Amino acid sequence: MSVAILKIQTDALFRRKRLFALSFPAMIVAYLAFIFVSFDIAGLGDRMNVQNAQKLVSDVYSYKTHVARDNRNGTLEIAIEGERKGRYPDGTGPDWVTLGDGDPIVDLGGGHVITLGKTVIYDVPNYGRITATPGHSGVDLVLPSADTPDWINRSKNRVAITNDAGRLTITRNRTEVFRFFTGWELFFFTLDSPYYGLSVAEVAGRAVSGEAGAIWHEFWTNKMWRHADVAWALFETILMAFLGTFGAAIVALPMAFLAAKNFTSLGGIRFAARRVFDFLRGVDGLIWTIVLSRAFGPGPLTGALAILLTDTGSFGKMFSEALENVDDKQIEGITSTGAKTLQRYRFGVVPQVTPVLLSQVLYYLESNTRSATIIGAITGGGIGLLLTQAIITQKDWEEVTYYIVLIILMVMMMDWFSGWLRRKLIKGADDAH
Amino acid sequence: MAELTSSARPVGDIQSEYMAQVRHKRVLNLILLMVFLAMMLTGFRIANQRNAGGFWDGLPNIFDFPWDVISEAIERANLIPGYFVKYLPSLLETVNIAGAATLIGVIIGLFLSLLATRGLAPVPWLVGPVRRILDILRAVPDIVIALILIFLLGGGPVPAMIAIALHTVGALGKLFSEVNENASLKPVEGLRSVGASWMQSMWLGVIPQVAPNYLSYALLRFEINIRASAILGFVGAGGIGYDLRNTMSWGQGKYDEAAAIFLLLFATIVVVDQLSSSARNRLTHGKAGSKATGGAQA
Repeated sequence: MSVAILKIQTDALFRRKRLFALSFPAMIVAYLAFIFVSFDIAGLGDRMNVQNAQKLVSDVYSYKTHVARDNRNGTLEIAIEGERKGRYPDGTGPDWVTLGDGDPIVDLGGGHVITLGKTVIYDVPNYGRITATPGHSGVDLVLPSADTPDWINRSKNRVAITNDAGRLTITRNRTEVFRFFTGWELFFFTLDSPYYGLSVAEVAGRAVSGEAGAIWHEFWTNKMWRHADVAWALFETILMAFLGTFGAAIVALPMAFLAAKNFTSLGGIRFAARRVFDFLRGVDGLIWTIVLSRAFGPGPLTGALAILLTDTGSFGKMFSEALENVDDKQIEGITSTGAKTLQRYRFGVVPQVTPVLLSQVLYYLESNTRSATIIGAITGGGIGLLLTQAIITQKDWEEVTYYIVLIILMVMMMDWFSGWLRRKLIKGADDAH
Repeated sequence: MAELTSSARPVGDIQSEYMAQVRHKRVLNLILLMVFLAMMLTGFRIANQRNAGGFWDGLPNIFDFPWDVISEAIERANLIPGYFVKYLPSLLETVNIAGAATLIGVIIGLFLSLLATRGLAPVPWLVGPVRRILDILRAVPDIVIALILIFLLGGGPVPAMIAIALHTVGALGKLFSEVNENASLKPVEGLRSVGASWMQSMWLGVIPQVAPNYLSYALLRFEINIRASAILGFVGAGGIGYDLRNTMSWGQGKYDEAAAIFLLLFATIVVVDQLSSSARNRLTHGKAGSKATGGAQA
């Protein structure tokens, strides 16, 4: 009798469990399907910009040098990435451009040779000689074959020839050759630096012979990569995280006592303190950032204060919970020796909670380094600002990559540092891990 | 007995030695505190100098903007409920970005965490590389991935979702693998002994042990992701953050809509925080009998 009832109950339980086990994944799948439709993920392929993707990826590991001839006055300009900062001084150029009395000759390698004159002559291996003459009535293109191959894009006023060696565009006013190279251009020294183009051994030799300071100065003030500014931006970001985290801890600690049940017997004060914490946390860093940047303008102080306000809420809540878990025996012991209130706190409470609080604060320090990057991107400050600026130009992807690598290293370093500090300050805290 | 008394020093010696030690420690602590305070003060000075507006100049104005927003909101309070309805779809989009990202992050993070736990991983030499991948995913701020994806995919919720999901994989993967390390291996051994595959022994032997902790971490992550999703909207990836930026750019006299969005965002964050923290409390501290009727938890 009772066995039969038990069996029925067990069967029912099993059915329920089986139903749950099946319905849970089904709900997840249904939700993801809803997201798939509502976010129009099927249409993502159409919206995706393949050209942008190719440009991004190739720009990350390569750069191009522009050789441009102004067809109105015949002047030649050679510049890395076409930027003013990367421009070769007049009359000089890389060794694959022959500058002389005659028309400049650009050697793209692999037998591709372009003569940049009034008439552009391009010798393409396995194809023949292309000549193009820009004039008032457009670009006059002469090809060795009858039909136009698909790597040549021609219209009346513009001709573009793109292949593995590089790219040649001819318009009425301007003839431009791009040659692509692997690597990050001018990372160490810009063209106007005396150390440009020297090998590592040569630079090391010069450094040994007493030029180390000058070499460092040239590197540090590199106009293209702005190493000094980048280092300063990283410092600013860490500063924001440091000031915000520890500032919040200092503000939150006394308030946490007000919110803890065993230290504040007045329910009203406790309630008020807790609501303050909830408000600070609930408003969220984004809104604090917006509000503060209206008052203080963009910069690291705004970011630090935004972190400070948000984290005061988080710390207040965590600290007051830690304080409520304090062991009363230690306080009683101190009280029995005749200690006054302040001494009870100092010797009864502080030693108990310090390790807990410190480890929470240090944990936040690492996560706030990331928040500081994000806040910097919104309000303008630190490495976040540099990163968004580089992304907005939509062409400096090598710089974007550089900043991302630096951010990852910075966050990992802070992670390691806060862990190290935690182990140093709180003996035995992390032994278990 | 005789030895003890002969080797024992007078009490006064011990006391003075102890006091010297305490003094030494106090001096050291004081120096540490001074260094820390000096760092904080110079830090604030530097930050203040580098800021566009100074702290003391800006301090009187700190309530100007909130006051503008609040006064305009009060002035046109009758319009606010209409704005709530107007911006509800954007809010749902923000919440959905966070929800989908959390869900995807949990699924991938769960899988990677099993690969990154010694003793559970099917391919032991993959443990190190998987952990490094999780470290990197965690270290990249989601805004970076989102901005690049916005360039490639255009605006909208998808870049934000992918960015947050990747970060969630990194964060949850690490937390999950810490939970896995504490799981008992006995059920796994039992299942292996009857010929279960790796998938089966994980699904039936490990997941039931760690599921409550997983859920608790996932809920906490969901709270964080809602905030992240609002921030990413602010830099161009759909949702309520995007509307907030637009309404704010309309400037003075039009802040009532911004106020409505502030309120919506605040309410959402508070409600989700409360719900998830009470659910987490129930998961970690356990409701009596919740184990026996596992199905009732749904």
